[in-house]
Amino acid sequence: MTTSDLDTVRQMAELARLKLDEAEARAYAGQFARILEHFRTLERLPVEGVEPLSGAAGLCDVTRADAPRPGLSTEAALANAPDRREAFYGVPKTIGAAE
Amino acid sequence: MSPLTIAPSPAVVSPRTGVRWVPVIGLEVHCQLATRTKLFCACAVDFGAPPNTLTCPVCTAQPGALPVLNGEALELALRAALALGCAVQPTSKFDRKHYFYCDLPKGYQISQYDRPYCTGGGLLLSNGKFVRLTRIHMEEDAGKAIHDRGDATLVDLNRAGVPLIESVTEADMASAAEAVEYLTALKEILRYAGVSECDMEKGELRCDVNISVHPEGEPWRTKVELKNLNSFRFVEAAIGVEVARQIEGYESGDARLVPVQETRLYDPERNTTRTMRSKESAHDYRYFAEPDLPAVSVAPSVIERLRSCIPELPAARRARYVSALGLAAQDAAVLSAERAVAEFFEAAARLSEKPKEAANWITNDVLRNFGDAELGVRSVDEMALRPYDLAELIRLVDEGAVNVAGARKVLRVLMKSGGRARELVKTLGLAQVQDTAQLEAWCRAALVGKEKIVADVRAGKTQALNALLGPVMKASGGTADPKLVQEILLKLVQNG
Amino acid sequence: MKPYAELDATALAAEHAAGARRVTDTTEAALAALARLEPRLNAFLVVLADRARARAAELERERAAGATPGALHGVPVALKANMCLAGVEANCGSRILAGYKPPYTATFVQRLLDAGAVVIGMTNMDEFAMGSSSENSAFGPTHNPWDLARTPGGSSSGSAAAVASGIVPLALGSDTGGSVRQPAALCNLAGFKPTYGRVSRYGLVAFGSSLDQVSPFARSVRDLELALSVIAGHDERDSTSLPEPAPIPEHDGARLDGLRVGVPKEYFPEVLSGGVRRASEAALATLRGLGAELVPVALPHTELAIPTYYVVATAEASSNLARYDGVRYGARSAGDGSLQGMYAATRAAAFGAEVKRRILLGTYVLSAGYYDAWYGRALKVRTLLRRDFEQAFEQVDVLAGPTSPTAAFRLGEKAGDPVAMYLSDILTVPVSLAGLPAVSVPCGFVDEDGTRLPIGLQLAGPARADARVLRVARCFESATDFARQRAPLFA
Repeated sequence: MTTSDLDTVRQMAELARLKLDEAEARAYAGQFARILEHFRTLERLPVEGVEPLSGAAGLCDVTRADAPRPGLSTEAALANAPDRREAFYGVPKTIGAAE
Repeated sequence: MSPLTIAPSPAVVSPRTGVRWVPVIGLEVHCQLATRTKLFCACAVDFGAPPNTLTCPVCTAQPGALPVLNGEALELALRAALALGCAVQPTSKFDRKHYFYCDLPKGYQISQYDRPYCTGGGLLLSNGKFVRLTRIHMEEDAGKAIHDRGDATLVDLNRAGVPLIESVTEADMASAAEAVEYLTALKEILRYAGVSECDMEKGELRCDVNISVHPEGEPWRTKVELKNLNSFRFVEAAIGVEVARQIEGYESGDARLVPVQETRLYDPERNTTRTMRSKESAHDYRYFAEPDLPAVSVAPSVIERLRSCIPELPAARRARYVSALGLAAQDAAVLSAERAVAEFFEAAARLSEKPKEAANWITNDVLRNFGDAELGVRSVDEMALRPYDLAELIRLVDEGAVNVAGARKVLRVLMKSGGRARELVKTLGLAQVQDTAQLEAWCRAALVGKEKIVADVRAGKTQALNALLGPVMKASGGTADPKLVQEILLKLVQNG
Repeated sequence: MKPYAELDATALAAEHAAGARRVTDTTEAALAALARLEPRLNAFLVVLADRARARAAELERERAAGATPGALHGVPVALKANMCLAGVEANCGSRILAGYKPPYTATFVQRLLDAGAVVIGMTNMDEFAMGSSSENSAFGPTHNPWDLARTPGGSSSGSAAAVASGIVPLALGSDTGGSVRQPAALCNLAGFKPTYGRVSRYGLVAFGSSLDQVSPFARSVRDLELALSVIAGHDERDSTSLPEPAPIPEHDGARLDGLRVGVPKEYFPEVLSGGVRRASEAALATLRGLGAELVPVALPHTELAIPTYYVVATAEASSNLARYDGVRYGARSAGDGSLQGMYAATRAAAFGAEVKRRILLGTYVLSAGYYDAWYGRALKVRTLLRRDFEQAFEQVDVLAGPTSPTAAFRLGEKAGDPVAMYLSDILTVPVSLAGLPAVSVPCGFVDEDGTRLPIGLQLAGPARADARVLRVARCFESATDFARQRAPLFA
């Protein structure tokens, strides 16, 4: 494991919103390095001109009609909410900006 | 409503240094598609609904839920592309755009990244400048986070999943006026094509502005993004203060004031822009193709069918009104601004065979009456007046059966509750009186005790008679033929 | 009357429908077996005794009133804990969803219910289906009925144990990279992963969206065909579901004359244990004896399947698990009191180590600067892997090989080494990447330290050839005795 592996793990943890303590970060960084080493076999293969295969279904143009259907009642929607505030989901107060 | 006129030179001359600064402006406009349901689920779309009453497993991101594309949303998006002259891509795909926020339930937004459904296109401004569109893509809206109610932030997911198109222009605009004209034209076209109502108060049209300034002739400089522009007025004001801020920043000589690449919010109360409280690190959205949705392909036959469904757009209509119907440019602009008004006008013009008179009645009376709270009729859709009725009213005035004042009264009744113009003239007692004997009687009565006026008229000031028109009209209950009254008054005075 | 556990689902449904056996009796017996065996298996996370009894009684009333019994009338079934049944806890083996009760029912679960199945519980699994042994479950590992010190495989561990121990004749799992086929092999069961898109994923908690498929376990291949006929078929709520109805089982007799069976040399690698190799080779001989022609084929890109799979699956998983943020459902930890701090603390506290590892890897392969090198490249290699299969299927009708390189391993043996665990998926992962149908059926046993452990044979077919693959499996099953062997711990 190098420091750059550790930095990478810390950056990824930040992006993925996973709080890691120092020991965890080190453990994952070590595994990262080994796992990515195994995966470098992918680099050996020439792939120019090959189309990426994103989904195996091979379907196209699946759409539905623009007709409303009843969904969840407010009760049902909020039933599992960890902090329900009447008809809303409650979360820690934010000033108001994404990410 | 007059068409905007653009100042000839967009350069802003600094009073401090005399340097000519050129603003460079691009717009990102989010527009809500006028569908009944959301983009990827069958929940209804309804602006005023109580919180969290329009959700389902899909738009609340329950484990195991999956998106299904709304076919109507795709159609409206394609119509927008055709109306704006874009090239529709034969295939496009959806991508996941990842970030964490409380109004984004899945932790990613389904959007389109590297293969949007259309590219190119744009709009011609009145000063001859063509503002190019880079692309338009479809994406789902986020929910709403409310920060000013209590000690927690409250999340309402009614809006999560509502269908949007995001259109991005090239940085082709150089002034607030150009930007506002672009937005006005964009809104008009999208409404005409039935894509969206674009009601900014309901958040159906949202605009972010990218803006930089540079000295004329020099390379472009740092771009700043402005958000929270909730009306065209705000857009105009925000651009103005931001341009000034950036110029000042560069000219100040203080390194801390030099503009940096960032996102700023417009504060309408202070009329300033301020830095948004957000991280400095660039967003890493980790885009990848949405595996739960197949690709979208659009056949040429579909494009042709949609193209034929798009109504004649405002600019073309305006030109036709001027060239074929002989209207003044100003009137053409007013009449073509809203599709319902334009279509009403065209029908009335066709039925009356008097386009200019139909235009006058609509611009001077019908549209003005929409603003009359007492009448309570606010739009073409709400009024009972039909094009045939207006055509008949025009004919009645031309025949002399009713004078203009009387016709105005009839029009109000027609707009409010409908009816037949000819009948209403009778029932309201507005039939124009052209019987010379009766008119003479009223005129004689009005002349009593008006020796001064008689003397003035005989001395050559015929306009002094205008003072008598009012009393005669009043005596006649507004039904006297004003032209005949004027002739008779003159004859009586001159003949003694 | 035979004990219910000796019947497969097909026979049980028939007896219920004919009135020869009472649904309520079967349900009671299944619940009793569960209560007896569960302490040693830890196969179930949720037991639905009241609901099952009520449903059984209802089914009997409906039948008495003249209703036509469904294809699975009264059959007790188990569902993996990543499947949505409204009001029933589906925690996916994770603390982050402990107590979570979905407000809706999966399409494929509703189809099971409509066919008359009686759900008796939700089964244990590796957390969010990430793992091959149940050792990644937040609620303890499941034990293999063939040897309680060993894993039943994973991630659909509890469903496999529930069927192998006879508690239920039929259980649903999910297969992303082998999570039903591998446990089937380790537990002497028939386990089938359909063509991608064959069964709707609406209501299956997503792990690898382009790979996941709902997959049944049973003790007979005809039960797999029955289950497929009930749950498969187009669903308008899943845009990736194939636009056709469930496939109809093929009935072309017990022999395989004229069938060309491809044997990929890459599926007999060095790492195969001796016992697995012998059993697989014997199985091939059985196929030949049934009239099949064995054809050596090459799938040259096979060695890239594991890295490709893990790049794609971790990328999709990191994305699919972003929704577990403590806002709308599941666990929440306050953290530093800010929104983003709450996210980071919630996810740190409630996700297990393997899940975190895969989220970190997935985030990495998608992140700016690394996308083209990893994820973008993996998708292209995936195309090449699929081409390998398409070319092979120009010469043969099905492929055959072992399902797992080893028999069931001891709990704790591989837990410390994630890479070793990943490598053991080598035989099942290629077919998942290509979206092809594949089944594992019992094909022999190996003796390890005096314990008899099952081996599985995997048969795979071209896309949409589900019925063909199952028919070949059924013929093989009829010609052998392995599937009839019972685990030592049995109802």
